[in-house]
Amino acid sequence: MTVQSALSATDRLELLRMMVLIRTFEEAILREYHADKSPGFDIGAGLVPGEMHLAAGQEPVAAGIGAHLSLGDALTATHRPHHVAIAHGVDMRKMAAEIFGRETGLGRGRGGHMHLFDPEVHFSCSGIVAEGLPPALGQAFAFQRAGTDRVAVAVAGEGAANAGAFHESLNLAALWKLPVIFVIEDNDWGISVPRSASTSVPSNAVRAAGYGIPGTRVEDNAVEDIWAAVGEAVRRARAGEGPSLIEVHTLRLWGHFEGDAQGYRGDLEGVPGRDPIPTYQKHLTDAGILDDAAFAEMGAAASTRVEDAIAFAKSSPLPDPADALKYVFTEGAQS
Amino acid sequence: MSTAPTTRTELPSEPEAGRRKLSTAKAMVEAISQQMHTDEQVFVMGEDVGSYGGIFSSTTGLLDEFGPERVIDTPISETAFIGLGIGAAVEGMRPVIELMFVDFFGVCMDQIYNHMAKIHYESGGNVRVPMVLMSATGGGYSDGAQHSQCLWGTFAHLPGMKVVVPSNPYDAKGLMTAAIRSDDPVIYLFHKGIMGLGWMKKNQRSIGAVPTDAYEVPIGKARVAREGSDVSIVTLSLSVHHSLDVAEKLAAEGIDVEVIDLRTVVPLDREAIVASVSKTGRLIVVDEDYQSFGLSGEVIATAAEAMPGGLKHVSRVAVPDVPIPYARDLEYAVLPTPARIEAAVRKAVAR
Ligand SMILES: Cc1ncc(C[n+]2csc(CCOP(=O)(O)OP(=O)(O)O)c2C)c(N)n1
Ligand SMILES: [Mg+2]
Repeated sequence: MTVQSALSATDRLELLRMMVLIRTFEEAILREYHADKSPGFDIGAGLVPGEMHLAAGQEPVAAGIGAHLSLGDALTATHRPHHVAIAHGVDMRKMAAEIFGRETGLGRGRGGHMHLFDPEVHFSCSGIVAEGLPPALGQAFAFQRAGTDRVAVAVAGEGAANAGAFHESLNLAALWKLPVIFVIEDNDWGISVPRSASTSVPSNAVRAAGYGIPGTRVEDNAVEDIWAAVGEAVRRARAGEGPSLIEVHTLRLWGHFEGDAQGYRGDLEGVPGRDPIPTYQKHLTDAGILDDAAFAEMGAAASTRVEDAIAFAKSSPLPDPADALKYVFTEGAQS
Repeated sequence: MSTAPTTRTELPSEPEAGRRKLSTAKAMVEAISQQMHTDEQVFVMGEDVGSYGGIFSSTTGLLDEFGPERVIDTPISETAFIGLGIGAAVEGMRPVIELMFVDFFGVCMDQIYNHMAKIHYESGGNVRVPMVLMSATGGGYSDGAQHSQCLWGTFAHLPGMKVVVPSNPYDAKGLMTAAIRSDDPVIYLFHKGIMGLGWMKKNQRSIGAVPTDAYEVPIGKARVAREGSDVSIVTLSLSVHHSLDVAEKLAAEGIDVEVIDLRTVVPLDREAIVASVSKTGRLIVVDEDYQSFGLSGEVIATAAEAMPGGLKHVSRVAVPDVPIPYARDLEYAVLPTPARIEAAVRKAVAR
């Protein structure tokens, strides 16, 4: 890992800090989601109803991307959006409020956790698999036309790489040299379907060759390798050299969605040992740039920020049912 | 290519329900399983239909019973595997393909409406597409704008596919059997709220009596779910349950509501609609699909054409042309809730 030399101790601590912040947020949502769904699990009950796809285990991808983007860059995400949203600088209070369906949320409670839009940082996501990719092309197109060096990152799962939208997007981005970075999160599973039963090639990086763009696969959820790969892809895109594809072998630490019993999952036993946060914590401790106190301090700071966001969400007003038809069109949208 | 209809043993149409109770999900699975036993050309394909058993339990146990050759998990490639279903059907197989949520039709609609639905006509009747496309519909549990829609009106608008929408276990089994045995493409839409799932709020009618043997509920036949004389509610799917609940409540006040469960959207049982409305003179359509340009307007047009000037009341309780909101209070403000249905009935019978 020669590229590591480019990472200062501060940069490395920042990567871990971001991973801890994301995990703290996901754990808080997990707690709130299940707090009031009993007795028995009722998906529609409680303060946070509906499907909930959490990204625990996939923090390295978000941290590695976020380190290279500025607020003017765009990011499109999936049904599992919280980690990359946080790393891209989406307002955490407004995001939490949206997840709680509040009027103060990013979408005033209309969207929900799979439909987060933060125009301040050009962030969006979609609950339809692979359909977040094409809009990233359009944002890149607009940035290119405006003569800027801004870029768009499109994140999707390995399952999404079998959808038509993925292949159309790669071709178009390559054809028009759009400043896009495709990041595929290979967490081994598309709900209950293992990668081996869904994908004809061992690595999606090889698919990049079919479209004439660089493709890289990062193994082991290694945050510094992700950082390096994204850094190179962003550099290329900003320099006008066109799109790149990066696939990261990451980890789905929890179920596909909350309530998923994961009976289909044979790899569960090994999962805790692959948790990227203790792994990277140890890595930095061994490197002599982190001690237990500093790590505990990261956790405490993350907690303070996350609990503030959760408290903000819970104390925010619910939308008025009389306004249910507001925001279909721009007319009458001003409050 | 399959040009001649296969000879099929006649199955009983709508037998007595008997005493054995099943959830809607189990009734669907039983129908698929029985048809898979009878006809080796039947197979099941879709996302998470194998070891997961379908996200909404529409295929639970089928993998164990029939193995991975006939119960097939797919990549997230809806255009490819729905198109595959079409090709297999054209060659004489009988695919039952699942599109996990109906909301996802956007990524694969061309195969559905330009191919599956048109091949029979374009071939002058020479090529048949005997496939079932089943999909989960409906909201009420805060799944947001991309996972809560009904959309049966969209499929119904496009010629060439039959569209069935059961509301209870008995119809779910009989309609699935009829759909698999049909030589036409059939869209089979099941509302998540009627499946009888352990992890979602459900109406008591999601579990009901189902005959053990195979039988068909004829496609295109509505059912009088409750007889009444004051007002006709024409409805389908989960809204049947809400309408029956409201009818039972208002019966205590002497308001006599008739509830028609359409069961099939295409072909629409216009006779049943007209017969009911001719009797009551008042029509309320309850539809969890979007209000405009859809089923509710079609039902009202059917009644109006049959009895010009003869209706004392017409109204509809549907989703007012807005994406389904996430926040619970907003969502329930736009869904056809029992409260909205009750208000509509009171208005209809008020003098
Ligand atoms: C077009 C479409 N098909 C199916 C689904 C249902 N679905 C939601 S997430 C998912 C699995 C996605 O797998 P992957 O892309 O690997 O992302 P992961 O969940 O692993 O993060 C599926 C099949 C969907 N939302 N959209
Ligand atoms: Mg995956």
